[in-house]
Amino acid sequence: MKNPVMLAAGILGTTGASLKRAAQSGAGGVVTKSVGVAPREGHRGPTVVQVEGGLLNAMGLPNPSYHNFQEEIDIGREGGVPVVASIFGSGPEEFVEVAEGLEADGFELNLSCPHAERYGAEIGCEACNVEEITRTVKESVAVPVWVKLTPNVADIVGLGLAAQRGGADGVVAINTLKAMAIDVESGRPILGNRFGGLSGPAIKPVAIRCVYDLASALEIPVIGVGGVSSWQDAAEIIMAGAAGVQVGTALGGVEGYAVFRSITEGLSSYLDRKGMTLEELRGLARRFS
Amino acid sequence: MRPKNARIVEIVHETASVRTLRFDLDLDPVPGQYLMVWVREVDEVPMSISYRNGITVQLVGEATRAIFDLEVGDSLGLRGPLGNGFVLSGDRILLVGGGVGAAPLALLGEAASERGMEVSTLLGFRCCNDLIFRERFERIGDLVITTDDGSEGICGRASAGLERLNPRDYDQIYLCGPEPMMADVIGRCRGMETKIQASIDRYFKCGMGICGSCAIDPTGIRVCVEGPVIRGDQLAGTEFGRYRRGPNGLKK
Ligand SMILES: Cc1cc2nc3c(=O)[nH]c(=O)nc-3n(C[C@H](O)[C@H](O)[C@H](O)COP(=O)(O)OP(=O)(O)OC[C@H]3O[C@@H](n4cnc5c(N)ncnc54)[C@H](O)[C@@H]3O)c2cc1C
Ligand SMILES: Cc1cc2nc3c(=O)[nH]c(=O)nc-3n(C[C@H](O)[C@H](O)[C@H](O)COP(=O)(O)O)c2cc1C
Repeated sequence: MKNPVMLAAGILGTTGASLKRAAQSGAGGVVTKSVGVAPREGHRGPTVVQVEGGLLNAMGLPNPSYHNFQEEIDIGREGGVPVVASIFGSGPEEFVEVAEGLEADGFELNLSCPHAERYGAEIGCEACNVEEITRTVKESVAVPVWVKLTPNVADIVGLGLAAQRGGADGVVAINTLKAMAIDVESGRPILGNRFGGLSGPAIKPVAIRCVYDLASALEIPVIGVGGVSSWQDAAEIIMAGAAGVQVGTALGGVEGYAVFRSITEGLSSYLDRKGMTLEELRGLARRFS
Repeated sequence: MRPKNARIVEIVHETASVRTLRFDLDLDPVPGQYLMVWVREVDEVPMSISYRNGITVQLVGEATRAIFDLEVGDSLGLRGPLGNGFVLSGDRILLVGGGVGAAPLALLGEAASERGMEVSTLLGFRCCNDLIFRERFERIGDLVITTDDGSEGICGRASAGLERLNPRDYDQIYLCGPEPMMADVIGRCRGMETKIQASIDRYFKCGMGICGSCAIDPTGIRVCVEGPVIRGDQLAGTEFGRYRRGPNGLKK
């Protein structure tokens, strides 16, 4: 992938049209909404709340299931960049069922969604599950497999190492941080699901630290995600060691889809100014220990 | 933006299944903009703004039922005004609405009339008992009414009323109502697509353009932020009038 800036999972990726639009707006790769074995409507609203410095969401993994998703991937591919299918399941069998049922340029295993019972982080916070699920999916598909990690653990590096042992081609960090907001007028939790995940600028320093630690410990590439909305943010997470960058919440900002071009163009003029390559930028911060 | 607390100061029973709620705050909307209305403990649903401080709700399911159970003094959480509303342009305009779709058009017509524009309105309802906002539209210009059963005005769909008017007489046409009606009107106004603005309805979840639930095929236009008002030419060749997606992303 020449352009390292991608669309993050679950942001607009429910339809092929949105994936294609992201590609045509300058994303170097796109990740789909996480899809599972059966259609899900997701949690009731409110599904998002804007909070200080970020966004809380509890979408609840709404998706049409893999049975109805190949068409969307195929339309997404018309955008001319790799389409990575984000998939989820309750255990190895479901993950394999979804992976075998889809043809994509890669898979991203959602072992990190913090607000869906029986899925995501509920299984992905145990290193043994991460390793086993990664291994079974790797054995059943020929394309690259990335593992998306949850930061809601004491030791994210342990999860990254488990993914690496399972044969992952890369890890993606981070998913959202467990969070909550309460309506002071009524005392009620605002999200329909009560709890959700925090994303956006507020989590960038957490993502930077996770990427730094993971890149220091792993041999496989780390894809950085969390609070990236400008080329400076992208440069920072690459300096922490990220081989690629995903952008999520920033798509909901005033720039919308144009955020891809502003990040990629800003990054390349920065590299020109510094006379550096992307390769040289990667992990730069790790040289200062 | 966290939901703003809005206390209900007045409830008007427009028909047996349509109510207007007025709040204790000035929303300062562009006509055509909407709110995400949080009925605590139930759901958050999109509603067009029908007054500077109000919405007009048709009873259809769980969230709207819960809105109907509210009384003056109760409160809701509101996010908004959100999205892109109607853009007023020209001297003579036509409003075409169906059912509760009349709600944002009434606010638009009043704004147009204040600016000295000539406003004509065509509204379609199922029957005479479903009529809303008759006085609001009559006050600002001509009003043609159609009903499916002929109990009021012209018998037939709103498009039957369109035959009495010449769409080409108008500088701009504004639509809000059931999708088949809007698609039909656009179909009858061929060549005028760039002069048509339609407020369209898709399944909204986030209301901020990130979840993708309301994106239309094949352009990926995010109705919740790039709409809900979309120009006719931007709807041409899309899913509009053919299908939409439900909360799980499946087409229906
Ligand atoms: C931009 C916009 C403006 C609208 N303005 C008005 C208005 O002024 N007055 C009015 O009465 N209605 C309006 N609606 C429709 C209104 O949002 C739905 O009637 C309402 O959400 C139904 O909720 P429910 O729980 O009562 O019904 P449910 O039983 O949940 O569903 C009944 C129907 O409502 C639709 N619906 C449910 N939830 C949503 C949602 N989150 N987004 C979109 N559609 C949904 C479903 O497609 C379904 O067909 C508008 C919709 C949009 C998108
Ligand atoms: C509305 C929304 C939906 C999301 N859906 C998914 C999902 O389906 N699968 C997943 O792995 N991550 C999902 N995420 C997490 C993002 O991919 C990303 O990891 C996180 O938001 C941090 O990046 P950001 O700050 O750039 O948004 C979602 C995030 C948001 C805000």
